[in-house]
Amino acid sequence: MLTYIIRRLLISIPALLLIAFVIFMLLELAPGDPMASMPLTIPAEVKQQMREALGLGEPWWVRFPLWLKQFFIVEPAYWIDSAFGTDLAGGQQRIISFQSRSPVFDTIAERMPQTLWVVGMSYVVGVAIALPVGIISAYRQYSVFDQAGTFVSMIGFSVPPFFSGVLLIVIFSVSLGWLPSIYDTTHSVTDWDSFVFQLRQMVMPVMVLALQTTAQISRYMRAAMLDNLGQDYVRTARAKGMSERIVVLKHVLRNSMIPVITVIALGIPSIFGGAIITEQIFKVNGLGQLLIIALQGNDIPMVMTLTFLFAVLIVMFNLIADVLYGVFDPRIRYD
Amino acid sequence: MTENTANPPLPAGDPTAPVVDRNQWWDVWAQFRSHKGAMAGLIFLVGITLFCLVGPWLWGIDPTTLDIRNKDLRPIVNALWGVENVSWAHPFGTDNLGRDIMAQTMQGGRISLAVGWTAMILAIVIGTFIGVVAGYFPRLDGLLMRLTDLFLALPLLPLLLVMMLLFRDPLRAAFGPEEGIFILIVIGIGITSWMQTARIVRGDVLALKEREYVLAARSIGTPSRRVITRHLLPNVLSPIMVSATLGLATAIITESAVSFLGLGFPPDYPTWGKLLADAVPRMVSFPERVIWPGLAISLTVLAVNYIGDGLRDALDPRIRGQ
Amino acid sequence: MKLKTILMGAVALGAPASTAFAQAEDGERGRDGQVNIIYWQAPSIMNPFLSGGTKDVEAASLVLEPLMRFDETGELVPWLVDEVPTVENGGVSEDLTSITYNITEGLTWSDGTPFTSADVKFTYDYCTAEGGGCAQASKFDGIESVETPDDLTVVVNFTAPQPYPYSAFNGAESPIIQAAQFADCLGPRAPECTDQNFMPIGTGPFVVTDFRTNDVIQLEANENYRDASKPAFATVTLKGGGDATAAGRAVMETGEFDYAWNLQLAPDVIAQMEAGGQGVPIAGFGTLVERIMINNTNPDPSLPDDERSVIRPHPFLGDPAVFNAMSMAIDRPLLVEVGYGQAGRVTCNWVPAPENYASTSMSCDTQDIEGANAMLEEAGYTDTNGDGIRETPDGVPMQILFQSSTNAVRQDFQALIKDWWEQIGIGVELRNVDSSVFFGGDPGSPDTFQKFYADVEMYANNFPGTDPQAYLGNGLCKAAPTPDTQWQGENISRFCMEEYDALHTELSQTADLAERGRIAKELNDMAVQNGMMIPLVDRGRLSARSNTLGGVILNTWDSELWNAADWYREGEDG
Repeated sequence: MLTYIIRRLLISIPALLLIAFVIFMLLELAPGDPMASMPLTIPAEVKQQMREALGLGEPWWVRFPLWLKQFFIVEPAYWIDSAFGTDLAGGQQRIISFQSRSPVFDTIAERMPQTLWVVGMSYVVGVAIALPVGIISAYRQYSVFDQAGTFVSMIGFSVPPFFSGVLLIVIFSVSLGWLPSIYDTTHSVTDWDSFVFQLRQMVMPVMVLALQTTAQISRYMRAAMLDNLGQDYVRTARAKGMSERIVVLKHVLRNSMIPVITVIALGIPSIFGGAIITEQIFKVNGLGQLLIIALQGNDIPMVMTLTFLFAVLIVMFNLIADVLYGVFDPRIRYD
Repeated sequence: MTENTANPPLPAGDPTAPVVDRNQWWDVWAQFRSHKGAMAGLIFLVGITLFCLVGPWLWGIDPTTLDIRNKDLRPIVNALWGVENVSWAHPFGTDNLGRDIMAQTMQGGRISLAVGWTAMILAIVIGTFIGVVAGYFPRLDGLLMRLTDLFLALPLLPLLLVMMLLFRDPLRAAFGPEEGIFILIVIGIGITSWMQTARIVRGDVLALKEREYVLAARSIGTPSRRVITRHLLPNVLSPIMVSATLGLATAIITESAVSFLGLGFPPDYPTWGKLLADAVPRMVSFPERVIWPGLAISLTVLAVNYIGDGLRDALDPRIRGQ
Repeated sequence: MKLKTILMGAVALGAPASTAFAQAEDGERGRDGQVNIIYWQAPSIMNPFLSGGTKDVEAASLVLEPLMRFDETGELVPWLVDEVPTVENGGVSEDLTSITYNITEGLTWSDGTPFTSADVKFTYDYCTAEGGGCAQASKFDGIESVETPDDLTVVVNFTAPQPYPYSAFNGAESPIIQAAQFADCLGPRAPECTDQNFMPIGTGPFVVTDFRTNDVIQLEANENYRDASKPAFATVTLKGGGDATAAGRAVMETGEFDYAWNLQLAPDVIAQMEAGGQGVPIAGFGTLVERIMINNTNPDPSLPDDERSVIRPHPFLGDPAVFNAMSMAIDRPLLVEVGYGQAGRVTCNWVPAPENYASTSMSCDTQDIEGANAMLEEAGYTDTNGDGIRETPDGVPMQILFQSSTNAVRQDFQALIKDWWEQIGIGVELRNVDSSVFFGGDPGSPDTFQKFYADVEMYANNFPGTDPQAYLGNGLCKAAPTPDTQWQGENISRFCMEEYDALHTELSQTADLAERGRIAKELNDMAVQNGMMIPLVDRGRLSARSNTLGGVILNTWDSELWNAADWYREGEDG
């Protein structure tokens, strides 16, 4: 297994470089212009000068290696400098956003807390609800619990957040006035009261997002459990006099985890991708909002960096999922 | 199961009997029919499809006709509690430009259902194929899974923009404005949503191919194609069903997001997702405008889910025998 | 504790009963606590020279100030100078080649250092430095030199007589930055100055304490502001992001915010929000006109790349009977009612304001479908094959592609106009394009508004400040986008008339205000009557303020936050 992991990690490097290249070329080919958001009153020559100041005058074969160098050499050097007071970066240009002219990584770091609080929390909540719901729904197939679970999760999944989010705001912020409709990203939790405030502003976006996660994962959990509950080994285990608890939670669950692990592992990187629509609706302004604003503004360095970080996480978590397959089902071999 | 008395059911899943094929599908149908949810789902799905297909023809009002004097009409039920601005000519009401909501819901359903089904099927076919191949043939696993990683990492918006740029005009010239856009959207959604299915199917296949019955089949020299179709595919059916159900909902909603950004159908083309998105700012004053398309999407997805459940039960020989 | 202040502020907003704050407009600085402003487009940077975006210019206007501002009527008012320089008071030289500003004595930057003429000259150097990509560079066009005879005097010399000498250093787009702070940020080094760009030192009423790009800006009162009793608010939170609906809701329905900028929402949505009772919409008019541009070239997709939307004429849109009929078929009052409500007015003009330049010769507020049909019929456009679409005398079907950017109101307009044009026998295909592509200048994209690969397209445009000369220059033959200019250029409809070009040259040589007005009106009429565009709606700015926020004067000529120093908290009964 260890050699497998090392081999996969080594393969990841060229794979990621290729992914970076494809994303770069995609952004390069896509129509769009960072000057699109400028007022029409700015004359064309001035816009052209602004484009050149952003480095857009250079062809892609200059800009792509430059980005690679900035990402893999300058940025790490800069972090080492700021941590240990060295001078490795030597004043080289970091990756700079077109929109704010500030280092891309500073903005990403600024956005992490709210994304982790809201999107991360919703994922944890969603998974924590989905697993038991899926297990019970399968074990008691076609019971009231199962029917209700199916109904809620399918409705929940098919109602898009641009509707459910606004509906929650209209109910809880406008009509009842209980919860704030606009997330305060500058809020920091220092004591009990501020923690309660944080909970109040988190509850609606977390609900909207968790509903989607729960719906999805509980369906896969239920389906996998159903497949396994009918298997011969379950009958054998019961015949041997094992308790239902051990049969279901140990044997059946363990064998049903493979699709669920896949889905969960695919979902974790998307936490860091943020939740574009939900963040917009509740003004959470996390990584999802950062990405969509950068996309709309054709802020290529920002989009490139965010998407590439996302790709790194995808590759990493898919590797983790592959390793976990082997843990849950030792028969799986990769060589 | 009275129909079965003439033909006593053979032991289910028995692959040796040559005549079993027809009876097997008969059994599947019988089992399916006994699943209440699945039958309700099927009836609803047929109903809504007919509503969207035949409806516009019967109803006769063009969904894009503006009738500005009759704008913002409420649904006819409101007449029960004395709301004035209702009209029998527009039983579902009209929108802020006076377009008939019933006609829009029908027309929108045509597009949403067509896009949803086609894109979902495309995604499931690609996903299942890549998943099975990657899981079964270790040599291809690395390559296909890195490809999957690549697609997972691609940002949808620039991808669609590039597709628009490259293919819109050729497709428009070849198939006409509407069909061209339809093909583009379906392919766009399809090729950006197969990855999860592929990962899930691969994971399951990795585990299944080490099971005794697969090992046994392989050891007696069963060709790979047969092992896959005979032993692996039927056993990964349930996660595929779940993916399909969820994929249908995602495709319908993604279409609305894509059209909203101006990358999809022309702006005067109603779809369920677009109707819902347009109605959200006015949902307090005109709740019906979000309810119709919202219900249509949700119930369609729910119906497909139940049909999926029923099919899964019906296709599982262990359950069918009981 | 910062957090407490924010919470207290939020509580104070939530409970209108907090009448403890005096309603008086005078008093000590910071007496009214916290004010919350929401911009649904989030500001990215506080330096208007590096981003021309309205959101960034307006956010920066809380901190940075120009020498003179435009007030809500479009008049220049002295801000950091003693008076508006004119020829009469000797501030502008008789030959119109120089202008002299006298800076008010005793002004300081927020760090306490004096504000001098050197800062003004530095601002000029900063924006004109090579390789800086200054967004406001056109404001400094035609300046030969900026001289500083003493600390309080600035003389701007022009290379040629300037009938309108006020472009530089005036208005929110051209404020003064501090020489000491930006000294190392000239030219290509401009983007490296993140701290300076996020936290500029200004002369304005507020100072940035925390800047989070594309998210939120926190500011506090400037301790060195020139008026000891202002600003009334001690802290400002300027939140960005989301959409206009949510911003309007936060001010008018939930009362979480005090001011929401530029709510481009349908009137019925605004009306419903207003019923929430926490705030009111406010509207003001500027020069923004929503219009349909008519392609004067042939956009036929079968033409090769260097001829499509380049060669003249259009198969039929160049005929006055056609574009006049198309204009007559439009019910403009209905468009206003559906799309803009109190923030829109019917207009037939390209230049709707200021009064001196706004033509009154045309009227277009009644729809006349029959008249339009008759006009087309008479000009020989008849439906020969009975498909409901007319053909030109040469047999070309009158089928057009109508494109616009993605925006709810524009799509409603497209639907309505398509309906009317189909009633006069013109077939219409609609297309909407994402704004970031439509308004982007990417020469590789077929969907930009400059490339104009459509027959007609709808968008809005305006001009900064109050002088329309440069704006009217958008109708000059040479400004047409072509493949040779990488599809850059302001003459989107490729309008081209010798008489127009000649008259515009005359305008640029005329200094007398009344005479300039006459010429500008004539240019406006000439362009509209010869098929450059179909003006639709004079679009105002609609923002919303909380019932408890006093002192707001909506200004469309300058930043909306231009007088934030005068804002205060009103009592409940006020």
